[in-house]
Amino acid sequence: MKKTLALVFLVFLFTIQFMNSYGIQRFPKPEFESGYVQPETLLPNPRAEVLAILDIAVLIISLSVVSWLVIKKRNRNGVFWMSLFALAYFGFYREGCVCAIGSIQNVTLAIFDKSYLIPISAIIFFVAPLVYTLFFGRTFCAAVCPFGAMQDLVAFSPQKLGSRLNAVLGVIPYIYLGLAVIYAATGTDFIICRYDPFVGIWRFNASFGIFVFGGILLVIGIFIARPYCRFLCPYGVLLNWASRFSRKHITITPAECIQCRLCENSCPYDAIDIPVTTKNPESKGTMARKLIFITFLIPVLMLAGGWVGSKLNEPLASANAKVRLAKQILNPVTEKNQAETFEIQAFKSAGKQQRQAFAEASEVLHKFYIGSWILGGFIGLVFGSLIAGRMITKHQTDYTPNKGTCFSCVRCVDYCPVKLPLITK
Amino acid sequence: MQNRRDFLNLLCRGTILTGLAATTGVLAYRSVKGGNCDLGTSCNNCKKSESCDLPEAALFRQTVWQLDPTKCIQCGRCAENCVMSPSAVKVTHVYAMCGYCDLCGGYLKPDTKNISTAAENQLCPTSAIKRKFVEDPFYQYTIDEPLCIGCAKCVKGCGAFGNGSLQLQIRHDRCVNCNECSIARNCPSDAFKRVPANKPYLLQGIEAKPEEKNKV
Repeated sequence: MKKTLALVFLVFLFTIQFMNSYGIQRFPKPEFESGYVQPETLLPNPRAEVLAILDIAVLIISLSVVSWLVIKKRNRNGVFWMSLFALAYFGFYREGCVCAIGSIQNVTLAIFDKSYLIPISAIIFFVAPLVYTLFFGRTFCAAVCPFGAMQDLVAFSPQKLGSRLNAVLGVIPYIYLGLAVIYAATGTDFIICRYDPFVGIWRFNASFGIFVFGGILLVIGIFIARPYCRFLCPYGVLLNWASRFSRKHITITPAECIQCRLCENSCPYDAIDIPVTTKNPESKGTMARKLIFITFLIPVLMLAGGWVGSKLNEPLASANAKVRLAKQILNPVTEKNQAETFEIQAFKSAGKQQRQAFAEASEVLHKFYIGSWILGGFIGLVFGSLIAGRMITKHQTDYTPNKGTCFSCVRCVDYCPVKLPLITK
Repeated sequence: MQNRRDFLNLLCRGTILTGLAATTGVLAYRSVKGGNCDLGTSCNNCKKSESCDLPEAALFRQTVWQLDPTKCIQCGRCAENCVMSPSAVKVTHVYAMCGYCDLCGGYLKPDTKNISTAAENQLCPTSAIKRKFVEDPFYQYTIDEPLCIGCAKCVKGCGAFGNGSLQLQIRHDRCVNCNECSIARNCPSDAFKRVPANKPYLLQGIEAKPEEKNKV
């Protein structure tokens, strides 16, 4: 009898109730007579907030130690051990999360979205490596970043790529940075974190695609040292520019370069500038012509890039959830065995107006329109600078690390036969 | 020549440093002040603090991801889209809301002929809900958490027929707190949001009592 009554009640409920209603006590809380004690709902706490301070402290101390090892001690062994520590702490212990590369997106989102409260640790992870780089070169890349440490370990047989290939592949990080900023600024996606190649290895847990991507990068990394750092890393772009203006920077020789060429092949990253002596200095006429060409070329490329970018705003914006929803409202598609997609179901149950959804989507589209103009212009500028850089022959007398691309790994120092004590004697 | 280059370097360095300092200052100030809160930093003296969902201002306040059960439509994507496998989203049983029903909409399949613990009658694909007799006519349901995959089938059943005491939550012992939650990106109803780490759960109903929170 009880069972039938319950079933009737159930059918009744089923007919009147399709929506979820939480917090509605359909069945009152029982009054137990057997002395039954209700168990507590267990809610485990997240990682203690205090530990964020530990992360910051480890970052600052590592940066200081590595900078000291690079600039003062010029000690490759020390740098190597620090990079192992970085891999252990920021890689395997912290599982790659809170990282300077990803913090670009947090900072961007915080600038554009006032309701997003960026944790102080994310700000510090963004700023501290840049500040250290402005003073000591890319010591962060040398042995604080777990990405670099990971790839440095597998660089067994680095090959030279040639300056042209290096320059062309070196454009990819700029595009990646631009895309990451536009997606973070519109609150669409954090693509740097999404396509983080090594996070799966550090967590021992990831999708198959990410494992394959990470594996491929590590295999390539045997022959082309640090492929992620050189040809993908968006934070590397910022560090590259900060490093060009750095106050101090690692030098190959402690004193004066004797042009012995011993260090020429020591750099796994093709980051040593070799001496360039121009036999026939260019006439003022050709130099002026080049200058005029460049000053015209860059704005033209920027405008062209911006125009192309603005045409691509819709494909770019289709990653945004609001735009996707509006598209689905316009062209309903069915999901496997469903009458309508979950997005449409959720939209209907939230009781929003279609007009509102369209307004939100068009607002996002407008943001993407402006963003893709800027992105296109930026990429045009990058290509223009690439061409300009290759047209101008820089005069160079000694073997020096390229301040922009050098990771301050201190490998080249051991190849230099010049020793400081000999000179001072 | 060398001096001029040094001077230019110094100038650029100064400019970048100033820019970084300004950005840091503005963002840090905004974070510490608590975003849109315009009442100042002290939550203790604030009369609105009961209804306020802004994180309490603190210099090292972290955020974690959490799922808002009021927005959840139980689509089942939590089970598939988490970077962890099985998902960090699991069902949480709010005992204080449970009706202890014999005919439990979260435990039994809707077309069940007889009420029993037989596997074919269970809604849960991994038999993660354990049913125990308490006293006539009440049964206690507990979640065997390691078995739960976060598919939300029981949540849907309990919400449709019962009190809604089964609710999906991100379990913070499993969540690795990705910079951007990969389930959030795929959630059709925008139910995921960053919440302050000192209030990491968003359970609904009677559960909202503060003493129930953070029992470990």
